[in-house]
Amino acid sequence: MESAVLVSILLSVIAASTPLLLAGIGELVVERSGVLNLGVEGMMLVGAIAGFAVTYSSGSASLGILAAALGGMAMALVFAFLTLTLQANQVATGLALTIFGIGLAAMMGAGFVGHPVPKLPGLDLPLLSAIPVIGPLVFGQDFLVYFSIAAVIGASWFLYRSHGGLVLRAIGDSHDAAHAIGYPVIRIRYLACLFGGAMSGLAGAYLSLSYTPMWAEDMSAGRGWIALALVVFATWRPGRLLLGAYLFGGITILQFHVQTMGLGIPPQFVSMLPYLATILVLCAISSDATRIRLNAPACLGRPFHAAG
Amino acid sequence: MGEAMGSGALGPAMADSRPLLLGLKGITKAFPGCLANDAVDLDIRAGEIHALLGENGAGKSTLVKIVYGVLQPDAGEITIAGEMRRISSPAAARDLGIGMVFQHFSLFEALTVADNIALGLNTAAARRDLRSRIVAISESYGLPLDPDRVVHDLSVGERQRIEIVRCLLQKPKLLIMDEPTSVLTPQEADNLFATLRRLAAEGCAILYISHKLEEIRALCERATIMRQGRVVASCDPRATSARDLAEMMIGAELAAPAHARKPDAAAPVRLAVQDLSLRSNQQFGVDLHDISFAVRAGEILGIGGIAGNGQGELMAALSGEILALAPGAIALDGVAVGRIGPDGRRRQGACFVPEERNDHGAVRDMTLAENALLSAYRRRRLSRMGFIDRLRTLLFAGEVVEDFDVRTSGPRAEARSLSGGNLQKFIIGREILQDPGILVVAQPTWGVDAGAAAAIHQALMDLADAGAAIVIISQDLDELMMLADRIAVMAHGRLSPARPVAELSVAEIGLLMGGAQPERAEAAHAS
Repeated sequence: MESAVLVSILLSVIAASTPLLLAGIGELVVERSGVLNLGVEGMMLVGAIAGFAVTYSSGSASLGILAAALGGMAMALVFAFLTLTLQANQVATGLALTIFGIGLAAMMGAGFVGHPVPKLPGLDLPLLSAIPVIGPLVFGQDFLVYFSIAAVIGASWFLYRSHGGLVLRAIGDSHDAAHAIGYPVIRIRYLACLFGGAMSGLAGAYLSLSYTPMWAEDMSAGRGWIALALVVFATWRPGRLLLGAYLFGGITILQFHVQTMGLGIPPQFVSMLPYLATILVLCAISSDATRIRLNAPACLGRPFHAAG
Repeated sequence: MGEAMGSGALGPAMADSRPLLLGLKGITKAFPGCLANDAVDLDIRAGEIHALLGENGAGKSTLVKIVYGVLQPDAGEITIAGEMRRISSPAAARDLGIGMVFQHFSLFEALTVADNIALGLNTAAARRDLRSRIVAISESYGLPLDPDRVVHDLSVGERQRIEIVRCLLQKPKLLIMDEPTSVLTPQEADNLFATLRRLAAEGCAILYISHKLEEIRALCERATIMRQGRVVASCDPRATSARDLAEMMIGAELAAPAHARKPDAAAPVRLAVQDLSLRSNQQFGVDLHDISFAVRAGEILGIGGIAGNGQGELMAALSGEILALAPGAIALDGVAVGRIGPDGRRRQGACFVPEERNDHGAVRDMTLAENALLSAYRRRRLSRMGFIDRLRTLLFAGEVVEDFDVRTSGPRAEARSLSGGNLQKFIIGREILQDPGILVVAQPTWGVDAGAAAAIHQALMDLADAGAAIVIISQDLDELMMLADRIAVMAHGRLSPARPVAELSVAEIGLLMGGAQPERAEAAHAS
């Protein structure tokens, strides 16, 4: 009995952390290339409705996941075209993208409210998935959970072990120097943005196909913003992002359990916990400026003009 | 200098027998509103050290960027080893054996030395065994480098070594150096010259861009001189005087500054700094330790040193951008201003020219008149009861433009439309025309061409003659030796005692720049 409660708590922590991790790792790569895309929330919502609508219509969750990634990429392409090609301000464009995404998703999803789809199937291995505690936690998750962990490892390998990742970090550190050596700054930033869009779209798909397998307007509920904060919390390092996402997911779940324990703390205060934790952690991190400088992409948010 | 004569063994007659490496014919490049290169011809032979000389805006940078594939010419031909080539990108240039060390290093601060070098190599094959090859090359050419250090921890000299090693790893046939010594101590520069001579002896051609004429005369065997986008002369710099070279560059006679000044040793002290210690407000800044000096009316104090030894912090402390801890640490005309900000110090008669002209010395998106107003509104009474006196502001800005020969369409031009050298002239002029009693200037002629530099030097000396106390913080040793009455050197946030210029040798100053104690520097002088 005890272990069943523990497993259900841990399962819900994983579920709460996965969308943050998916969106966060995408945005981390985007920011490492020197682009600040504040449109994560909007891209997530478009991914969520695209994934839900295709799954609902076709009955195939695989197609739905693909559609979610493409939906997020389409949004990211709009952002990249405006900020990289037309050199629009990244902060303003990102905010506009979020507002646009919320509206677009609501419009697209108007006919889908209240229709459930089957939850994404979990892994079902003979014997392994039946092991108590470890079985459901390690061997019983759905595709997107495993993918989110793989994405962190993959991103970490790409950024620190591959030449492509070195070029990407270099462009984020000094786009002028990278241009002078002859690297295609704009093209690589486009690719980074598209990757970020796809990951945000998948985060949305996780929400609408697995976390709560249905569509509701504004169902991301600020998770896009938390993913953005997590990237700073992680000081732009994939390993710390994993830690941060699960810490935050843990606090989110803790809040539900504190409420049910009846400690007499007003529920409003308890629901503030995750957000309060975000603010506290961000303050603590920005007090150590050296650490920020060592990892923060120096060109973050700065437009690149290819001058002679 | 003895070494310089050694390289003279390769005379012009021999140079001609060496194979032609790079040939430029009729290279033309236009930017909106200016013809940067106008039918430029240039020949470089294997193994020669070739100087490219010219004022700011003469078209040198444009030309080398074309050779390195950063820019494409509008017309003209490039041949390499006799074959006609189109150099479409820096990567293509590197494939053809052309390497370049940039004036403003193209380095990535947050990455390690090895990562920085890997980024400059085209293929995965070239990046194999990179660390051991970096160590091998840096040892064999006497350019010590640790591949695992992060760039932001390195000195400017070390950073330059990264760029050079990056080029050498590709066994270049032509190495382009853009103002390589502007940030080095004299000793570091000598080491660089030894490396370059060795490369040339191995058959690598070197295209060397510099403003420092003496250095070109010591190092280069041929010089091509550009003016307004054209090649105007070609000569053997070893057989030409620095003065002649300068006049070829500017196309006019150079007015030598009149240095007949004799500061009065009994004149009152106008700027006094006493035991100034300060923590830097910059991320990788240098803290100041116990800095003391005094400047009398009519005197120019030169402060030398390699960039990043606390000069920026000293400038900020003197201007009031960082406040001192004790009010008495800084006194202007006897008034303690240590705890008073920049505006209050200006009220006390001090003016300041910061090192960075964009965003610090001037607001780029504002007009020249507005920029003049920002610093001179009090001393030139450009505003009344909080309202801007537009006419007076325009007249004042016009006066600066006129007196300091700022090339611009007028005081209503935006600061960003001016070239770096012209903006510098405007900023210096704006401060000097406020008739300050105390003037602190950082890098007064950085990136300014020879003619304009002479005008700025003259204006500074005239101001001193009129009774102002002047502090010049500069990395350009020649400039300090020419202008200053006394020189002190910053190293690791400490300032050496100021000594009269006549008593100091370049070698001594070089030792002080490297952080040697004054006693040791004196011993070196005596030996």
